[in-house]
Amino acid sequence: MGYLQKKVKEIKERWTVTEKLVLIGNGMAGIRTVEEILKKDASRFQITVFGEEPHPNYNRIMLSSVLQGDSTVDDIVLNDYNWYEENHIELLTGDPIVKVDAEKQVVYSQNGLERSYDKLIFATGSNAFMLPLPGADKEGVIAFRNIKDCETMIETSKKHKKAVVIGGGLLGLEAARGLLNLNMEVDVIHIADFLMERQLDEQAGKMLKTELEAQGMRFHLKKNTKQILGKDRVQGIEFTDGTSLETDLVVMAVGIKPNIALAQEAGLTTERAIVVDDFMQTNVNQIYAVGECAQHRGIAYGLVAPLYEQGKVLAAHICSENESLEHGYQGSLVYTQLKVSGVNVFSAGHFQDSKETKAIRVHDEFEGIYKKVVVQDNKVVGAVLFGDTSDSTRLLSMMRNGDDISAMSKVALLPSESGEAQVSPVVAMADGDNVCDCNGISKGAICSAITENGLTTVEEVKQCTTAGRSCGGCKPLIADLLTLTTGEEVGNMPEPLCGCTEYTHEEVVAEIRELGLSHPREVMNVLGWESDEGCSKCRPAINYYLKMVDPIKNADDPTSRFINERAHANINHNGTFTVVPRMYGGVTDSGQLRKIADVADKYNVPLLKITGGQRIDLFGVEKEDLPNVWSDLGMRSGSAYAKALRTVKTCVGEQFCRFGTQDSIGLGVELEKKFEYINTPHKVKMAVSACPRNCAESGIKDFGVVGVDGGWELYVGGNGGVDLRGGDLFCKVKTKEEIIDTISAFMQYYRENARYLERTSHFVERVGLDQMKQVILEDEEGRKSLINRMEIALSTGKDPWKEIVENEELQKEFKKKQVEVLS
Amino acid sequence: MSKVDQLKRVEVAALQDLSVGIGKRVNVSGEEIALFKQKGGTVSAIQNSCPHKGGPLSEGIVSGEHVFCPLHDWKINMKDGQVQAPDVGCVKKYEVEIVGEKVYIFVD
Ligand SMILES: Cc1cc2nc3c(=O)[nH]c(=O)nc-3n(C[C@H](O)[C@H](O)[C@H](O)COP(=O)(O)OP(=O)(O)OC[C@H]3O[C@@H](n4cnc5c(N)ncnc54)[C@H](O)[C@@H]3O)c2cc1C
Ligand code: SF4
Ligand code: FES
Repeated sequence: MGYLQKKVKEIKERWTVTEKLVLIGNGMAGIRTVEEILKKDASRFQITVFGEEPHPNYNRIMLSSVLQGDSTVDDIVLNDYNWYEENHIELLTGDPIVKVDAEKQVVYSQNGLERSYDKLIFATGSNAFMLPLPGADKEGVIAFRNIKDCETMIETSKKHKKAVVIGGGLLGLEAARGLLNLNMEVDVIHIADFLMERQLDEQAGKMLKTELEAQGMRFHLKKNTKQILGKDRVQGIEFTDGTSLETDLVVMAVGIKPNIALAQEAGLTTERAIVVDDFMQTNVNQIYAVGECAQHRGIAYGLVAPLYEQGKVLAAHICSENESLEHGYQGSLVYTQLKVSGVNVFSAGHFQDSKETKAIRVHDEFEGIYKKVVVQDNKVVGAVLFGDTSDSTRLLSMMRNGDDISAMSKVALLPSESGEAQVSPVVAMADGDNVCDCNGISKGAICSAITENGLTTVEEVKQCTTAGRSCGGCKPLIADLLTLTTGEEVGNMPEPLCGCTEYTHEEVVAEIRELGLSHPREVMNVLGWESDEGCSKCRPAINYYLKMVDPIKNADDPTSRFINERAHANINHNGTFTVVPRMYGGVTDSGQLRKIADVADKYNVPLLKITGGQRIDLFGVEKEDLPNVWSDLGMRSGSAYAKALRTVKTCVGEQFCRFGTQDSIGLGVELEKKFEYINTPHKVKMAVSACPRNCAESGIKDFGVVGVDGGWELYVGGNGGVDLRGGDLFCKVKTKEEIIDTISAFMQYYRENARYLERTSHFVERVGLDQMKQVILEDEEGRKSLINRMEIALSTGKDPWKEIVENEELQKEFKKKQVEVLS
Repeated sequence: MSKVDQLKRVEVAALQDLSVGIGKRVNVSGEEIALFKQKGGTVSAIQNSCPHKGGPLSEGIVSGEHVFCPLHDWKINMKDGQVQAPDVGCVKKYEVEIVGEKVYIFVD
């Protein structure tokens, strides 16, 4: 059979033999249902998905995080286009279904497509409810529901200053926080007399208001909006009490309305939403509904966890031939958490007081903590936590299991008050309890993933199980589970160097020394690496350790180096490179500047920028131009890409400053010249300031020197990056020579004892300052031999740019071959 | 007509220009392609653009038949173009033929 015939047959088979499943709505609930179906039986259905939004399925929950600037739209995609393709799903985005003919079993899209179905799922979600106010159709009046709304807010914030959010519920407050982050002034209008009244009691609502006011939000409670003012674009809003506010943007976050118009036209029974039974079946044969558009036992849920449970039931139902085998959907216990940084709020179940309930309350005004647990018939039925939500998992689990608490002391219900060492709430959880509610991943599932796959980090658990992939609120619990399952404190346990081996960093170094190993391949062979060639984590580490152990004899292995250290420039997101020439101590002159300017013109450098380390970045250089750029610059490499000394930042000091008592530039230049091109476990930054005003920011550098009257102070382990850390005062000395010697000994100790990619800040914390002082300052012999070994290592350093410029052979790697196809 | 017949054979490199463990970029009429020489002397050719965010795979760290993208460390098999778990996706791969010292690939 020819290729074409075979293809035709394949397609025919697929379309005739398999049942056709059509999903309306390419959102969280619908696609989760499809995922569950694929898990059960990947070849059962020919699946078609119609989505109104022009995107693949994304994590709507994280829109708040996009707005708050913590994620990008790309980050929150849950199923990218590849996923649909790989699972042979026909995806039609930006094309809503406009008609369903339930008799003929055919759907029709806006663009005129038709698809017949054997089974049809409605997962059309909700629309934001827009208050029907006069003027609500003006430009600048929007909701907070999808990517487009998010983009509109971000765009608006670039041109306008003032925003009003109508609605002081979860969504409204998350929107308000996002708008604050976008540098807008934000007023929140709320109809009730305290915030989040659907999730909180009055006390917690008031505490929340105080907290958010401190973050910069302004609240207008018990206010009713009358109309929206302005010409084409909104300019203000007016309230029923006659007052008004100026604004450039109105975000309505007053609630959601299940999207059911299409279902109604198709003849489905609807109330608030599409009515479904325990198997998510509607009143019409072969048509199902799931997600926010579905109403089960009178409830239309608006949170992801219950929707995912529904999806699971629906998938099991339509994949099984024998209905009676399964257990239907029983409804869910819901709980909420506010995703605003700096505020911990949790609410679950029936938290309002009534005649039948009694409550335990804890209110600590000093710490800003409030906890309320509502009890009915000796069972926890609801809870509100503010300020400290660490009890939430335990309380939820008690609620779910219906634990009888009559035998428990009241204090035991909220044990974190007792002041004793806290036990993680995961300890008390049953294996079947969910740790990640968003994705429905149980404690048992996570524990077995950890043991079976040898997982050691939260990130690995996330990749392997999807737990923590949605709102991320369960990450602390996952970390606790790692501790519990592996029996080691996460982060403190001796980590294997990477997935290729059981050996730890320390053990690898010890073996290299003991066995006199000299090449990465040899190390991996001798130590029985699981993959012969290693990976991007272990190879650079081994290469570093080899050179550290014997800088003279052991050769560098360029194939074990990350591209930046092979190209001696920083790779950019588009594959171009950034060149940073050395400027000792941040001092330059007109000759250098002129050269840089000429190079920038000659090679069309798109961006020149001053770095944080006081030198100049040339961004966007093509790889093939690098050797010529270096040669034309005639300057030395600034190592801006290397695990090595980066820069020594200096203040102007006594040369010009009226406060300066020391020659900071002189010392800075000397340090930079001495230590350039020494390899270190991670990058190393230094700074020298000539007085405690500390203009060179010596407190957040790996080595920071501060001039004081009659001497110098040395700070170590400072870091201005991801884990902000102020340096520790290590010693105070009189002369420059002592500073240089101490840094020399310290740096060598760091080179020999730190794990690859461990910054000095983490190293100092792990080893302890006292231990380091002992070795570097007090043990005179030890100090001398550290300095000696440093000198040997320093003797091998050379300027890589010069090396390449002078050696044609080395330039080969930079060339790109251009081939034209002739037809 | 078989599929390969419709493709064009193009000379892209000399074997000695490639070194094991380091990728090589070639631009074939606008298509960026990464070449990798294997230990046994065979050569793999894949599209030089990571399915994640387009990183240049030719610059990645090579481990046997895998390459780690230099931008965010996705791991890609250069023999079949598949992205390795937990990430997903694939890159286009090209048929390679070696005749003597010359490396050819097939493009459409
Ligand atoms: C900013 C924000 C923050 C949130 N935070 C949380 C949180 O912290 N925790 C939580 O649990 N939940 C949260 N939610 C709620 C959660 O996102 C929703 O409950 C969930 O997305 C609903 O899933 P769904 O599939 O039912 O609907 P959706 O995700 O809305 O998907 C429905 C899709 O169907 C499409 N559609 C509609 N009609 C048609 C048609 N005729 N043809 C084709 N396509 C159609 C829509 O365009 C939409 O893309 C938040 C929501 C928002 C907006
Ligand atoms: S740190 Fe002190 S000496 Fe240096 S520039 Fe600032 S004020 Fe002047
Ligand atoms: S672009 Fe390749 S891993 Fe991100």
